[in-house]
Amino acid sequence: MIQKYLLAVLVDNKPGVLTHVSGLISRRAFNIESISAGYTEDPDVTRINIVVSVESEAELDQVVSQLGKLIDVIKIVNLSRVPSIERELVLIKVASTKETRADIATVVDIFRANIVDVHPEDVVIELTGNQGKIDSFCQVLEEYGIIEIARTGAIALSRGPIPVKRM
Amino acid sequence: MRINGAQAVLESLKQEGVDVVFGYPGGAVLTLYDAVYKMKFPHILTRHEQGAVHAADGYARATGKVGVAFATSGPGATNLTTGIATAMIDSVPLVCITGQVATPYIGKDAFQEADVVGITTPITKHNYLVKNVEDLPRVLKEAFFIARTGRPGPVVIDVAKDVFEAKLDYVYPEKVALKGYNGDYTGDPADLDAVMAALAEAKKPLLFAGGGIITSETAELVRDIVRRLGIPSTATLLGLGAIPAGEPGYTSFAGMHGSYASNMAIQECDLLLCVGMRFSDRVTGKVSAFAPHAKVVHFEIDSAEVGKNVRADIPVLGDLRWSLPLLKERVEALPENTAERFADWRAHVAKMHEEVPFGWKEEGDAIKPGALIRKVSETMKGAIAVTDVGQHQMWAAQFFDVEEPRHFLTSGGQGTMGYGLPAAMGAKVACPESEVVLFSGDGSIMMNCQEFATIADNDIDVKVLVLHNHILGMVGQWQRLFYNHHYSASELKGKTDLVKLAEAMGVKGYRLTKREELDSRLPEILREKGPILIDVLIPEEEDVLPMVPGGKRLDQMVLGGLKK
Repeated sequence: MIQKYLLAVLVDNKPGVLTHVSGLISRRAFNIESISAGYTEDPDVTRINIVVSVESEAELDQVVSQLGKLIDVIKIVNLSRVPSIERELVLIKVASTKETRADIATVVDIFRANIVDVHPEDVVIELTGNQGKIDSFCQVLEEYGIIEIARTGAIALSRGPIPVKRM
Repeated sequence: MRINGAQAVLESLKQEGVDVVFGYPGGAVLTLYDAVYKMKFPHILTRHEQGAVHAADGYARATGKVGVAFATSGPGATNLTTGIATAMIDSVPLVCITGQVATPYIGKDAFQEADVVGITTPITKHNYLVKNVEDLPRVLKEAFFIARTGRPGPVVIDVAKDVFEAKLDYVYPEKVALKGYNGDYTGDPADLDAVMAALAEAKKPLLFAGGGIITSETAELVRDIVRRLGIPSTATLLGLGAIPAGEPGYTSFAGMHGSYASNMAIQECDLLLCVGMRFSDRVTGKVSAFAPHAKVVHFEIDSAEVGKNVRADIPVLGDLRWSLPLLKERVEALPENTAERFADWRAHVAKMHEEVPFGWKEEGDAIKPGALIRKVSETMKGAIAVTDVGQHQMWAAQFFDVEEPRHFLTSGGQGTMGYGLPAAMGAKVACPESEVVLFSGDGSIMMNCQEFATIADNDIDVKVLVLHNHILGMVGQWQRLFYNHHYSASELKGKTDLVKLAEAMGVKGYRLTKREELDSRLPEILREKGPILIDVLIPEEEDVLPMVPGGKRLDQMVLGGLKK
């Protein structure tokens, strides 16, 4: 059965790191749902958030072990294995007219999303949530006509005071 | 010390104890080579960058030290890639320093520009692009540390041309500070207790020696353990030399062309002690039917190798330099009569090896590969044997007695044709006191034959035996067996005269055509001083046996006439 796991990968903030990580994922034929990277509280460290989908524990172990071998990888924590909060940000451009705008606004309210741009022919909506919430939101908006979507991929933090680097 | 980047590179190599570099100059490394000139740094000019990197590899495998190669940007660097991949998969420590176009030109498709970090990422343990001269000392320090520690491997340092020219206040760091890597692989001693518990229950244990034993210099420990337990043992291709050829119960290597006894013992054993190996498909045969009755113990430094191809019932994660002393301690604490428990089993395995040894059938005057290699093995006892890739490689593994670690150098994982000649050259440069013999084929030798010039000009005393069968032998063997004898693009029946080829570059050449010459001429030729090529004509249609066909179980070997 396919399982998804969110891995928090702390890496050196140096040139070439993303080449190393993405190169590894492709040459080992790992299945990646999403990947995102950004600065952290420590300027020397970048955090890469990877959602990996695997068919077995052994496959997951391979992903973690192979990533762990990269010299610039400092730490890997499987946040799906500890209590954690997961979020993803999505921007959705939906076709809208005078007639449908109010309806869309209602849907936006229900999902606690925000309209961040309005144009005579469309609106841009921002939503933060987990993958399931975003998927169902997109499904509802489909009847109005989704023009385009940009998603960040999932990021996560563990609950409680202990950061990934000290896990 | 105020010096330029090029001098800083060489100064750092000196600090790392590098005594020779193999390389080839070009535009982006002119400043580096000017420093080589001024500092009189020991350097061997090969005739192709691929020769340089394989030579550095041969040097590294023969000594355990880090081999170093230089190449220029673009094609110079891309010519290294085959050698880097070869070193990567066989865990050989290398540092390759390549020139890159000057910083302002990077990414502009400049002359001789190639994305070397991008190209070498999948085939290096780590790599760097240096755009700031201040980074050079740290990067060099890290590169050598990464290359030689843990599971060794190649590291590429790509240096922009202007960085070689820029000045810096040079200080070589004393320590490396890498957040994600410290080269220390100490495991959990409790794993050893699990191994001992499994040993206590086992009736038919077998030790499987991998290349990690050679790399970690732990052969003595393995030998002590095998002897104290009185268990049979086998090896992978890269593990040859971990256990000496004549060791009781040792049945040489296992796998596709390994010995009958080794493969049968793996399938029969109830405990398989795998030490420093990675379960290549060439070793396991049909992986789901590998060692079906055995509990598999895997002593391994690299956690990614555990369970990658073969399940490990008892993984012992950690450096063999940590785990094997602990195992030895525990094994030595066993009752004195422990070996008796396994005596019948060891005798059974040894008997299989006697009944179905590696062998060949003599036919008239023809020189049979087995007879040739046996003769060389006897004549050059203790020599470092190097091979190219193909049938001759397997015959060399079967018939050359490897007694010590670092005495059988072969491209195992990549199977790189053209590896042999430059690697043999590197081994001889590294070990001038040792005899070095290369077994090659008429296919492989042509792939880096330009290095005869390097060998001749530097008087590198390598004895090169070409097993000349006028065909790409291993390709031909598969075509005979699985493709209805269709010798598609595998025959080498041209006009090439290998003796003249070698002599044109200054290497003395001989040709042997008859069996009697193995006694009447070969020993005398091998005793001559200086580099020599011996072109040995062998029959075309000779199979390497035993053979486990692809996808078959290890006990489904094709034996031909081997069984007595």
